[in-house]
Amino acid sequence: MRQLCKGNVAVIKGAVLAGCRAYYGYPITPASEITEAAALYLPEVGGSFVQAESETASINMVYGAAAAGVRVMTASSGPGLSLMQEGISYLAGAELPCVIVDVMRGGPGLGNIAPEQSDYFAMVKGGGHGNYRNLVVAPASVQEMADLTILAFELADKYRNPAIVLTDGFVGQMMEPLDLAYREIVAPAKPWAVQGTAETRKNMVSSIVLETDDLENHQRMMEAKYIRAQQLETRWEEYHTEDADLIVVGFGIVSRVLRSAVDEARKMGVKVGLFRPITLWPFPSKELKKAALKAGGVLVVELSNGQMVEDVRLALEGARPVEFYGRVGGNVPAVEELVAKIVEHAAVAV
Amino acid sequence: MATHDVIPDQTQVTADNYELVHAKPETFYREFERKSDLRHQTHYCPGCGHGVAHKLIAEALEDLGVQNETILVSPVGCSVFAYYYFDVGNVQVAHGRAPAAATGLKRACPDKIVIAYQGDGDLAAIGTAEIVHAANRGEKITVFFVNNAIYGMTGGQMAPTTLVGQRSTTSPWGRRPVNEGFPLHMCELLASLETPVYIERVALSDNKNIMKARRAVRRALELQKAGAGFTFVEILSPCPTIWGKDPVEARKWVAETMIPNFPLNVFRDRKVEIPNNNVPPHKTVEELVTGERKVAAEGVVAGRNHHLREMGIKIAGFGGQGVLLLGQLLAEMGMREGLEVSWLPSYGPEMRSGSAHCHVCLSKERIGSPLLSRPDVLVAMNEISLRKFAAQVKPGGMILYGRDSLPSDFEIPQAQVVCIPASEIADKLGAAKVANVVIMGALLEETECLSSATAIKVLEAKVKNPALLELDRKALDAGRVFIDHTVAVGAVTQADGFAQ
Repeated sequence: MRQLCKGNVAVIKGAVLAGCRAYYGYPITPASEITEAAALYLPEVGGSFVQAESETASINMVYGAAAAGVRVMTASSGPGLSLMQEGISYLAGAELPCVIVDVMRGGPGLGNIAPEQSDYFAMVKGGGHGNYRNLVVAPASVQEMADLTILAFELADKYRNPAIVLTDGFVGQMMEPLDLAYREIVAPAKPWAVQGTAETRKNMVSSIVLETDDLENHQRMMEAKYIRAQQLETRWEEYHTEDADLIVVGFGIVSRVLRSAVDEARKMGVKVGLFRPITLWPFPSKELKKAALKAGGVLVVELSNGQMVEDVRLALEGARPVEFYGRVGGNVPAVEELVAKIVEHAAVAV
Repeated sequence: MATHDVIPDQTQVTADNYELVHAKPETFYREFERKSDLRHQTHYCPGCGHGVAHKLIAEALEDLGVQNETILVSPVGCSVFAYYYFDVGNVQVAHGRAPAAATGLKRACPDKIVIAYQGDGDLAAIGTAEIVHAANRGEKITVFFVNNAIYGMTGGQMAPTTLVGQRSTTSPWGRRPVNEGFPLHMCELLASLETPVYIERVALSDNKNIMKARRAVRRALELQKAGAGFTFVEILSPCPTIWGKDPVEARKWVAETMIPNFPLNVFRDRKVEIPNNNVPPHKTVEELVTGERKVAAEGVVAGRNHHLREMGIKIAGFGGQGVLLLGQLLAEMGMREGLEVSWLPSYGPEMRSGSAHCHVCLSKERIGSPLLSRPDVLVAMNEISLRKFAAQVKPGGMILYGRDSLPSDFEIPQAQVVCIPASEIADKLGAAKVANVVIMGALLEETECLSSATAIKVLEAKVKNPALLELDRKALDAGRVFIDHTVAVGAVTQADGFAQ
């Protein structure tokens, strides 16, 4: 049954279906509806909701609940995520699973509340201190806001690591039909959790590893699971890439505008295809390279000064020229604007 | 000699039949692994108060019989390694955040004992917000606050509780209130809140006060076990190493210098009546995730048979004119008619007096960009919106202007314009707020994009107030009639853009 639903609200519907019963957050535009929906829905299904005093407190409440083994999440936008970075580093170090949503807005500083994708580095490359990775999924529709939140919970538990749902103000604010059928989702057992029971008394959750060799071993173990994630968890979508001379790459709201632009450009006889990463970490490098090698060139479009483009260049290893087009400040390119860019670059790429 | 051989037995009986008790509580580990070759020792300095505070807590946990139920949250500071000593569930957290992490733990495990153990830098400096708010929410946790007026682990920097005139590496001339303010009194500060049930300050200065501290620790944990509420014990504690005193002098300094500055007192010990008002209703997960409003299956046109292939509608006006709601209604209608739909609002920082607009896409196919740079239809509810967005309308498109005529200096060559005095029509119906529904009636009649039967179904689902629903029906009809009438008499309110 389809329901007209806001992207931000769909996050919580997906989370509840995934078994999330704890939410700790602090309001911020354009992510506030996630916290509002959690305040409304979690108590109704017997869950716990607290509006924290800050994002710093939110992420540490998440840390506590995750240590107890419950599926827990928080959500915010850029400035709030900056405050959470300390906690995310601790969560990764202590190997605690949780889901964190970043509905990106314009930065740096207070910036504005319009959509940007400028938290890519902060979320995909780290942002907190130390050697760790976030698992990052990038929804581009209201349906995916729910579906990828569910996936984020599953990945977080599978790898005992924070998972980020990285989206933007438009995907968070827009409404689309949401088709969410009820199904039983069972979280895996967490024998490592600290739950105040005889069985879990011996357990300890900590990110401290004092001895240098022990910390090195701990990090090697984390690296091993990250390598496993890179082998198993890449997700992406391709549209008309089979015969394309030019591959355009974009995620989130940009991929939606690019899809329309591909349709328009194809009507004009330009052979262009869209590659949309769904997981930003692990980045679908192999798959992108495979698609790009069939074409003459690649154009990356982002709402940033060029962040994901670095991963695209690493993926292609110089095999094809990679061009970049970015809008910032909260401006989202129009379809015609991207059609013009496609036409310009396709001529070179043929 | 293997180091663990030096660990004394639990009890020894002397020749005189006296029982010598050297017992460690069961809630301590038998061996402390922090120092690999000194497993009977802690990492704390001789004369440090942490060892005593640990023992008081461990004994209380044992006597209360809650070892298995206890979760200890250890902080950053000298007691960062508390988990090496307490044989309970352990969670180590970031600097100052123990009350926040304890909140998450306690709410996940509401019938367990959750303890946050914090020093003065952790609790009263970097973690001030967390402790105040956890206390104010009445988190049913116990916080042990060890105040030794100095930063120990990092080597003697000023604490928020460092006394006036007390030297530290970062107050080298002694604390100067003119530069760093006065010491923070956390018990007094927390006692200004309504929610906490127990707040006491004790001191590890001499045996008498240590016995008082023992009672306070027990009281706090008993109250938590009984589910009472937020409990807080501040423990004034010696730090001989950093203070540069021997253990005896250090205890004396607690008694003679700290206690006069931080008076010992039971600041709160009462049952607090906390109202449990407005209890949320219960819902099943299925009800919640599949949508509260079930969409009736009957009357839904299959999307692939829909007469409309694609339409982009931009709706703009003042905030408060129902611009965003009109868009949502159209999107909901499109969805019920089996189309793909999207609704994208403008969102600004002001709650009122701003401009608002939204984009509605209706399509048989999966929708690419929800952002319309070239809408097929513009609904402009005010002049600003008309002037701002009219040029975006696709050639052959339509503008529905919510006033009775266009501004005299306004020209728009590429689109058909229909003027409809929606506010005046709505006023006549009795409520200016249904102007957006008047516009919807006109839009449906003029473009035939969606059926008015669906509009009525959606309004019935959304509008709970019967009087308002009746008004909406009339408004929808008035919009339709206005279009019919103006067309019927051949008097289109404004010259058709194409005709010129």
